[in-house]
Amino acid sequence: MIELLASVELNEPVTSPGWFLVHTIGMGMGILGLIFFLGTAVGMVRFPDFYTRMHAAGKGDTLSTMLMLGGFGLVMMEDFSAGSWLLLLKILGIVLFIFITTPTSSHALMRAAFEDDEMPLGEKDLQKLRQRSRKPRSK
Amino acid sequence: MKEWFAIIMGASLLVLMIPILYRIIMGPTGFDRILGVNVIGTKTAVILVIIGTLFERVDMFVDFAIAYALLNFVGAIVVSRYFNRTVPLQEMEKPRAKATKRVKA
Repeated sequence: MIELLASVELNEPVTSPGWFLVHTIGMGMGILGLIFFLGTAVGMVRFPDFYTRMHAAGKGDTLSTMLMLGGFGLVMMEDFSAGSWLLLLKILGIVLFIFITTPTSSHALMRAAFEDDEMPLGEKDLQKLRQRSRKPRSK
Repeated sequence: MKEWFAIIMGASLLVLMIPILYRIIMGPTGFDRILGVNVIGTKTAVILVIIGTLFERVDMFVDFAIAYALLNFVGAIVVSRYFNRTVPLQEMEKPRAKATKRVKA
């Protein structure tokens, strides 16, 4: 795979080191977004409670989507023409939209779950912990 | 270089969607499923941009991604409104009172 990537890179001549730097920054942002999305996926499976799963999903999803879209916007820039600037502007518009709407929808879902008597998991464990902590005091 | 980056990134996104799909199928409550659908819908906007990179028609696919993000947001809001019980504002504190009683008992 590395040899293939190296060959593809050799076949395409890099026009200037500035563009190479911009594309490298974009790819780094995309890979960072993938790492955050890995955290979201692991949290969605491993966390025991709805609210903790929502914590993983809301934050990691927002940040990873913003990083990946911004990185792709940087990778797709190749010249300073008007179409290229318009494309970057549209992608930044999606980033701004997701930055506003994903926490909003997470908040609305959390509110709906709370008013639907969806209780956090730690309630019974909290009771057990209190009973255990009371017994040594009585003795 | 750019095409290979897009291919690898889209493939790893699809692989990372599998745990969230597991949460959608096996989720204990309905809210978990809505949350998983919301996450996958947000990631679909990214995948649309990647597809546009591969087809070299990014200016067209970016509009699709905008529309998909908008629809995803509206869907999440509508579903949460549907599950939300419409109670008057004075009785809004009742579930919290129940919860504190349950903890104390």
